[in-house]
Order: sequence, then structure tokens, then C-alpha cells
Amino acid sequence: MQITVKYFASLRELVGEAVASLDIDDSVTVNDLWQKILSDHQLEFEQVMMTVNHEYVKPEHELKSGDEVAFFPPVTGG
Amino acid sequence: MLIEIRNKAFNAWTEVQIYQDSQSFRGQYGAIATFVGSMRDFNEDKKVTGMTLEHYPGMTEKHLEAIAKDAIGKWKLLDVLILHRIGKVKIGEDIVLVVTWSAHRKEAFESCRAIMEQLKSSAPFWKREDIKAGSKWVEKNTPGY
Repeated sequence: MQITVKYFASLRELVGEAVASLDIDDSVTVNDLWQKILSDHQLEFEQVMMTVNHEYVKPEHELKSGDEVAFFPPVTGG
Repeated sequence: MLIEIRNKAFNAWTEVQIYQDSQSFRGQYGAIATFVGSMRDFNEDKKVTGMTLEHYPGMTEKHLEAIAKDAIGKWKLLDVLILHRIGKVKIGEDIVLVVTWSAHRKEAFESCRAIMEQLKSSAPFWKREDIKAGSKWVEKNTPGY
């Protein structure tokens, strides 16, 4: 199934792209996807925040076709 | 309620006046609490010369709206105004404005503080500071409590 993945701030620079369209298997969790991204890009990144369709989710959240997933470092606004 | 992301400099005090004058709730509120966050020229003992603020278009606006709506319900507020800068920010410019209007001061004070702390800990914005050696991402916000 197809999903969109977005990266922000320092993580975008480490991954080398802002947005990617990925084809993933069914029953994949957002943490499964994150671990695959870390492995594919040979990255170590401890404090990540995860959202699906603009809402914060837990790592065990299961992805669905068409989801917009985002990964980013701790927020620093205000 | 007004939530806006601005990519140009704004004067927080002028914005409060403009918004308040455009509303029809004068006489209903007895308290207005205002928080303004501005750009410093230092961070963690280092000289800072400027900053760039990034956000997550679509999510940031929705998230701020949810924070404001929660606060309106919890503290029975008359209104909330939140403005936040993105893009290049110069020293001394305003970064964030949070205003709450309520009948009494307790609700205005508490809600303004709570909105600001929630914004700091969960609204998707990221700061990149310009320093002598180039620029670097700010890794975390300082605790508010």
C-alpha cells in the first residue's frame, strides 16, 4: 500500500529529502516504518516525534493506505 | 478565535488592539491575559544574530486550533488569539502572541499559561539559530515550569 512520509528540521537534512512516497506492506506500524527508515539511511536518531494524518500517534499505531506520516525532532516553537 | 501563522514581522500589541476592536464582546470580559515571546540575541550563553522558524503546514494550524478550543472549553473563555512567526526572524521581533479573554482573571491567567506551555511542547515548529560559527537547530525548549 502507498503512504506519504514527511521529514522536518534536522531530520529532513539527515534523511536528505522532505517528502517521500513509499510502498509498504499491510499491518505495518509507524515504529516498524521508522526502524526501516533508520536502517535504510543508516541513521541514529534518538528523540523522534511521530504523527499520522496530522495527529500524534503511539509507535504501535498501525498504518493504512493513503496515510501521511511525519517524523521530526522535538519541537522548539514559541 | 483567530489562529494565524505569519511569515512577516508583526507588532503583538497592535495585533491585540486590532483583533479586540474587530470583535463584539466588549463589556463581556473583565480580564485579558497576554503572552508575547520575542527574539533574544543570546541562547545558552552564545550570541545569536538571527533565526529561521520552520513549521508543518496543515498540521501546525490544526494543532494550535485544537489547543485553543480545548482551552475555551476548559476555562469558559470568551475568545483566544494565537499568532506565530515562521521564516526569517530578526533580533527583537515578536515570535509568538497568545491572548485569552475571560470574565475573571483566574481563567485568563491560567489558560494563557497553559496554551503557551502546550504550544511549546507539542506545536510543530522548529528554530534554527544563526550563530558565529554558522547556524544550528535548537534541540529543545527550556522548561516553562
